[in-house]
Amino acid sequence: MLQVVCVKQVADTETRVKVAADGKSLDPAGVTWILNPYDEFALEQALAIREKQGSGEVVVISLGGAGVQSTLRNALAMGADRAIHVRADRAFDSLGVARALAAEIAPLKPDMVWLGRQAVDDDAAQVGPMLAELLELPCVTVVAHFELDGSKAVAEREIEGGREVVEVTLPALFTTDKGLNQPRYASLKGIMAAKKKPIDEKPAAPAEPVLEVVSLELPPPRGAGRVVGQGVAAIPELIRALREEAKVI
Amino acid sequence: MSILAFIEQRNGQVRAVSREVLGEATRLAEKLGGPVVGVCVAATDPGLAALGEAGATRVLLARHEAFAQYDAAGYARAVVAAVEAVKPAVLLFGATAIGKDLAPRVAARLGAGLANDCTALSAEGGKLIATRPVFAGKANLKLAFPRVPAIASLRPRAFAAVSRNGAAAAVEPLAFAYDAQASRARVTRLAASAGGKADLTESEIIVSGGRGLKGPENFKVIEELAEALGATVGASRAVVDAGWRPHSDQVGQTGKTVSPKLYVAIGISGAIQHLAGMSSSRCIVAINKDPEAPIFKVADYGLVGDLFEVVPALTKAVKELNEKSG
Repeated sequence: MLQVVCVKQVADTETRVKVAADGKSLDPAGVTWILNPYDEFALEQALAIREKQGSGEVVVISLGGAGVQSTLRNALAMGADRAIHVRADRAFDSLGVARALAAEIAPLKPDMVWLGRQAVDDDAAQVGPMLAELLELPCVTVVAHFELDGSKAVAEREIEGGREVVEVTLPALFTTDKGLNQPRYASLKGIMAAKKKPIDEKPAAPAEPVLEVVSLELPPPRGAGRVVGQGVAAIPELIRALREEAKVI
Repeated sequence: MSILAFIEQRNGQVRAVSREVLGEATRLAEKLGGPVVGVCVAATDPGLAALGEAGATRVLLARHEAFAQYDAAGYARAVVAAVEAVKPAVLLFGATAIGKDLAPRVAARLGAGLANDCTALSAEGGKLIATRPVFAGKANLKLAFPRVPAIASLRPRAFAAVSRNGAAAAVEPLAFAYDAQASRARVTRLAASAGGKADLTESEIIVSGGRGLKGPENFKVIEELAEALGATVGASRAVVDAGWRPHSDQVGQTGKTVSPKLYVAIGISGAIQHLAGMSSSRCIVAINKDPEAPIFKVADYGLVGDLFEVVPALTKAVKELNEKSG
């Protein structure tokens, strides 16, 4: 069984966002780059399936500049077999990313394609279902529970006020939610082994943009609030403020 | 040019977000021109004529018995058929579990740009500009659309519905080709969440607990306050990662972004990834024993104290208030 896991390098969640001089993008100065946390669940799921089956291959793929190779190396250290780096030195919109990834993934004819439910930088949550459409695969997004039985998978996803249970026949694409599994840490042995695993670098085909960034702006800061008091004695004032000032209870 | 709005239904009920989408479509139509048309994919008509009051002049209904449950491939074909029939300048969805799954598939089929989970739309020079939070709300991205249609999904509760008394929408059948072969993912079951708990993103009031609770068993004090306030329980990443609460409760950058009218943060210090997910709440209350906790910098009202004393007393005071107002 061949599984492809799409990963993205993103700014760490502790990053304080600063807007770059172009007024349209994140200022990369001082940013720590990590593997998108939701993609870790995707990778873990693929690795766990390969281990359970005792055979198969897990290929990780990422689009981006030279810097993403460290993230791919990280995924290889966790246990992926090989990596494809789709080299792109400028920003792509979601459809552009999906098209570039689809061009590399389609010839591999994977049984399963995995992605995180969204990247924690742009929060777009688009590349997964777009890729499914381009690869003509069925897809289940935001998967929180997953079972595989032969070529049939049962996936559960959280919806408003409940869970949807979806049956799907492979090949298929899934995007993963937190809670699906507990991603492993790369072992020292894994880190050593990753140094010898191949990263195949390919240029991204030029894509016509379908979105244009007008600006990236910081939201207005919240007005300073006040401390109503200390301990139980402050409760009457808190209740009064919520009722009479904020009018929320 | 018209504006096409996807009308989402579940179990034969039009979802509230669809009226919000029609409301924003109506406001956009005043600036961009054109009628507001709806498209609904369903097994039966969920009462679409009534959406005239919400701003739709007509609604196309793609009906098939298979659409009793959500079917991404089938829904996408039907919506694309509606786009081909209506040729809209703008196509809008609600950014729900269905909307966020469906809109990218439709955008990929049409080769058009999509802005997901928008919190504001505007028209500049006759073109749509979409504003959407990124980095879980640490920043806002404004996007323009070089291709037609411009596609956007709208965050629930961020846009107001309109009310046009007495207006009825014309409901018309939509011709489309249903292909059972294309629908290889099938929803077999819907399971309600435990206790019929509301989704955090749809809640008016949220009471969240953090590491200050000291253990999962102590969330009882949070649950009791939430019950008294008619609120939904949320949690910080620290307590979700510790396994005290399910991930569906998590507020913040790897959880949910919420904007209720009241957010009560209890025993939560206020890590930047948590603040990102709740800073757009209308009113924020923080209860924490550490007066230096960063959560106090975003809170409208802070109370410094031991949560194990303060929260039960607050619950009691809210209950008394409820009894008084009967």
